[in-house]
Amino acid sequence: MKDVKCECGHVNPHGTVLCEACGKILDEQETNKQLLDMRYEGSARRSQTYNKTMIDKVWNFFSSVKVGVWLIVITLIASIIGTILPQKMYIDLPPEVYYEQEYGTFGKLYYQLGFDNLYGSWWYLLLIALIGVSLVICSLDRVIPLYKALKAQRVTRHEGFLKRQRVFGVTQNADKSDLAILKQHLVQKHYHVREENGNLLAEKGRFSRWGPYVNHVGLIIVLFGGMLRFVPGMYVNENLWIREGETALVPETGEQFYLHNNQFILQHYDKNKNKKFEKALAKAGNVVKNYQSNVVLYKRTGEKIPGEKPKLEKVKEYKVRVNHPLTFEGYSVYQSSFRSEMNAMRFALTNKKTNQSYGELKINLREPKEKYDLGNGYSVEILNYFPDFEFGKDGEPTTKSRVPNNPAFVFRMYSPEKPKGETSFVAIRQTIEPFGNNTYKMAFRGIETKNVSGFVVRKDSSLWLVILGGILFMIGVVQGAYWNHRRIWVQNKNGEIWIAAHTNKNWYGLKRELEKVLEETNINMPEDQLQREETDKEGV
Amino acid sequence: MVTISSNLLFAAFILYLVATVFYGGSIKAKKDPNETKKTNKWGSIAVFLTIIGFISQLGYFITRWIAAGHAPVSNMFEFTTFFGMALVGAFIVIYFIYRSTLLGLFTMPIAILVIAYASMFTRDVTPLIPALQSYWLSIHVTTAAIGEAILAISFAAGLIYLVKAIDQTKSNKRTFWLEIVMFALVVVLGFVVVSTAFSAIGYQEKFTWVDKHGNEANLEYTMPALTGPHEGKLLTSDGFKPLVEMPALINAKKLNTVIWSFLAGFVLYGAIRLILRKRIAAALKPMVKNIKLDFVDEISYRSVLIGFPVFTLGALIFAMIWAQEAWSRFWGWDPKEVWALITWLFYAAFLHLRLSKGWHGEKSAWLAVIGFVIIMFNLVAVNLVIAGLHSYAGS
Ligand code: HEM
Repeated sequence: MKDVKCECGHVNPHGTVLCEACGKILDEQETNKQLLDMRYEGSARRSQTYNKTMIDKVWNFFSSVKVGVWLIVITLIASIIGTILPQKMYIDLPPEVYYEQEYGTFGKLYYQLGFDNLYGSWWYLLLIALIGVSLVICSLDRVIPLYKALKAQRVTRHEGFLKRQRVFGVTQNADKSDLAILKQHLVQKHYHVREENGNLLAEKGRFSRWGPYVNHVGLIIVLFGGMLRFVPGMYVNENLWIREGETALVPETGEQFYLHNNQFILQHYDKNKNKKFEKALAKAGNVVKNYQSNVVLYKRTGEKIPGEKPKLEKVKEYKVRVNHPLTFEGYSVYQSSFRSEMNAMRFALTNKKTNQSYGELKINLREPKEKYDLGNGYSVEILNYFPDFEFGKDGEPTTKSRVPNNPAFVFRMYSPEKPKGETSFVAIRQTIEPFGNNTYKMAFRGIETKNVSGFVVRKDSSLWLVILGGILFMIGVVQGAYWNHRRIWVQNKNGEIWIAAHTNKNWYGLKRELEKVLEETNINMPEDQLQREETDKEGV
Repeated sequence: MVTISSNLLFAAFILYLVATVFYGGSIKAKKDPNETKKTNKWGSIAVFLTIIGFISQLGYFITRWIAAGHAPVSNMFEFTTFFGMALVGAFIVIYFIYRSTLLGLFTMPIAILVIAYASMFTRDVTPLIPALQSYWLSIHVTTAAIGEAILAISFAAGLIYLVKAIDQTKSNKRTFWLEIVMFALVVVLGFVVVSTAFSAIGYQEKFTWVDKHGNEANLEYTMPALTGPHEGKLLTSDGFKPLVEMPALINAKKLNTVIWSFLAGFVLYGAIRLILRKRIAAALKPMVKNIKLDFVDEISYRSVLIGFPVFTLGALIFAMIWAQEAWSRFWGWDPKEVWALITWLFYAAFLHLRLSKGWHGEKSAWLAVIGFVIIMFNLVAVNLVIAGLHSYAGS
């Protein structure tokens, strides 16, 4: 395609509407308009120029802000739908049960349409990806021509350009001194003033034009950072349960780090100590004040030898609380939940008739002993132990897991009367005596529990990208929103002073500033041609 | 301390009310229609009262902070009052840019309504659960509220635009929807009126009812129950018998409050219409006679431009930093988070429509209205109905 040479001598790329240098209208259609479309300086944008190949078509599609806005609006509506019912990750029942049970037919439909995991669905992610693509193409389509046009602009402007600015005015008989005062005022207002053959171009805030592009780059980086999460190794998210007094390997650390849980602490607000919350606590009942695990972090030293206990070196002690995670080498350990677990059970060997006790035993549910000697010829043997007891399919007792959720025992009780022993099956709230009536029983005396801290272990290697993107985004929006790009042309045409002004936003402010700048001169305040048009209309 | 604090808030509330009257006066007293730059005496007094009121409310905020030991933005009452204060603060800032007392006449009633609405919730000083014990609570919530308040100014300006631009001599879609906006504001007033009235007489009735899991529970109404709970049994002997019983899925108590608010809203609105003998928007029209359309349009756009970055910083960025610390993930698709995203997307769309499609003037004003509806939905419905991690819950 051919470049276009303007009468001022500047060579413009094909597709240019307004000459980059002098602003002369190069596109015939534009000459009929009363006011110019100044949005991208009438520069040659690819999307407005080429529309032949497939690539052109795709480019043009995505560079349209209309398409961009539609994508944003569709994403917005989809997001709303996802908040009508709780998402899958926030429910604790299987989704196929939950939605119908809680919300009836509507809930079932919601689940069947896949809205239970809306934000993780392929089409939602696709929408976000499309916004990203649109963002890139849209910005590229505009920023480069805009940059070139603003760089190439000259002070002296074509008459047609000036006349068709929104703010424009002519003063017949102004003199040199007026211009000098004007120029001085402009400099005082921090305008960058250029002069050429007695014509002025005062400009400020051009950098604000780059704001949108900076913020779009920031957004792209955030999206990219979010995407990296799907790359293996970039993102660690594991649950870790550690019982009080125990040490566990921190997952995904290459078997480098170990965490020892000294103690879990749960604190509630005390009505008497916190007088200021008295009323609120009286209404709400118990309110948790603190979840805390006192932990020690260890690092393995030396090689790992299978089957051998690793050598550990203490790194630090820390109190992990909500809002205060433990951090080390890119990992963070968060206090996320807790549970209490049965730790030990106490029984007393008791004569069923007399209810006389012949000694107590405490069974550690993690490591029960085989035999407990109670003295005086009394002792108890554990024949079998089911930590998580249930009856199996064949009717025989089995255990679901190694976790002592529902302990059951087969005891053999020895006593002077029954030196051969009696057998008893004891589970929570039931006792079975398989070989007929016993003389003795194991009377339940109590349970000891132990707290288990629930931690979340995280490592997010792309976090810094998200942070960087966020910062860039903020810089970009502030740059584009809190400053604006103003230009004032003061030109000598046929012995008259022509003034035209343009801003990308905030016309009211521009006009106020013009009034200030023109004070003490005989130059007329230029008119807002758009407003005149409107008042003309209103008058009709 | 808490008493001093409440008194300061009350003083601020009264000052705002009086200021509104003066804003009204400043519009009436304007003689020269071209004299837009200088504020007249009425207007100066109004602005002065607004500032004093704002300082008084700032006093409320600080004293309550001292009393509670944490920033008072942790429950529905505190957060909503803060939003009201931010609204007044945002107006003061915008006032000093554009010097429009008319904007005050439209903003102050909204701020007053917001604060009155806030006061209907329990005003106890509440303790913080562990997740909220972070200085990010104050940073995030205040910045987000300030951003929303600035965005809300665009609603006030948009409303002025619509009142002026819409021809009230013919009824059509535009007059209808504008009147719906006015009606919605009256319904909020209705809520305040019925809540105050019933709590003044100390109305209470107790129920036992069966929830959706089949468990029996107790429930206490503070307004006569028009909609009763599922299988509810009225325990209070002289209590009002519910007209209809709700299924267990629906929160009958909240629905009851909504119905009462609408009833009161209808009565109030009917009364207003009887007195005015025309639409509220039509009655407001003489007030906006002297303002230029493109001037309010610019105020509206400008407030979005100023508010958008603040909102982004507070409601998204600070929120993400805090979420990373408290819940180990900076983004978790919790309803409140999603609604912040929705608000943000909406205003992004607004800005793009203005830039590219030239949606200035009336279209832009309608968008400002929708934006405010989203913000209010965020504040009211998301907190009270769509409960999430952030929910201040309560009733
Ligand atoms: C959620 C996504 C987006 C956000 C938050 C965003 C944000 C912004 C902001 C704040 C501005 C400045 C507006 C102003 O100064 O009034 C802007 C301008 C712009 N945006 Fe976006 N944007 C997003 C998506 C898009 C998309 C998808 C496109 C492309 C279709 C796009 C194209 C543009 C264009 C062309 C401008 C105007 C640039 C100029 O006139 O100099 N944006 N954007």
